[in-house]
Amino acid sequence: MTSLADLISAKLLAQAAFWFTVGVTLTGSLLAVIPKNIVHNVMGLALAMFGVTGIYLYLGSQFVAMMQLLIYVGAICVTYIFAIMLSPPLMLELPKRRKAKLFSALVVSGVAFIAMSLMILRFQWQPLSSPPRDWAIKTLGQQMLTRYFLVFELISLLLAIAIIGAILIAGLGRDRE
Amino acid sequence: MESLLSYLILGALMFCIGIFGLLQHNSLIGMLIATELILNGASMNFMAFNMFLTPDPTVGQIFTLFIMGVAAAEAAIALSIIIAVYRRFKEIRVDGVSEMKG
Repeated sequence: MTSLADLISAKLLAQAAFWFTVGVTLTGSLLAVIPKNIVHNVMGLALAMFGVTGIYLYLGSQFVAMMQLLIYVGAICVTYIFAIMLSPPLMLELPKRRKAKLFSALVVSGVAFIAMSLMILRFQWQPLSSPPRDWAIKTLGQQMLTRYFLVFELISLLLAIAIIGAILIAGLGRDRE
Repeated sequence: MESLLSYLILGALMFCIGIFGLLQHNSLIGMLIATELILNGASMNFMAFNMFLTPDPTVGQIFTLFIMGVAAAEAAIALSIIIAVYRRFKEIRVDGVSEMKG
């Protein structure tokens, strides 16, 4: 009796999973940009971030993938939803977008994509014969607290300043009212 | 699938979808969402380079983590600015907020 594993090889399955993830990412990106309703845009962004998480897992970096899920889907998208729902005017119906604006945006992004992909395809990439497979969290943490310690501290400072600044900006406007 | 090119093309595609959204969207929050897509396209490139091109095992991942931190700070600041702008102008369309246009 033939089992399912005989019919579908593991390699084929992995390939299918990869292209499925790519499809989820691209669908999410398009959904984040095209619909007119802002809430749909945020949902599309969350879907795209799920897809990117899958791509990072596929590249073999579990820690960065989990951080992607936690920060983008868990924090940033939820913050957007909060901002939209706490201020009802942000859910106002938007006017129709102008055709000229749409067309010029399409031209600019299309030209940028064609240029970038030509550059990627023309360049002679020289992949390493033995790429580093040491993607453990331990190495990452040690590097971050030794070699990249200054940047790590600066990012913490930046986040603290950003929180204080956000509170100040949003709070001061209320006083003036 | 296990090649550098597919990741790079995917990153470029996300980047360009982000540029498209940034240019055509009418509301400030929509533009902010498109900015997140642009940042993600860039960090996808960093991850792919780290996987396939550098002998150093961590530099691309650490750069991606820092991009995430900067994106979080940017989202917090930009959302509060958008809320302040709404209070001032009663308007979130980019065409309506043009007091400094001159």
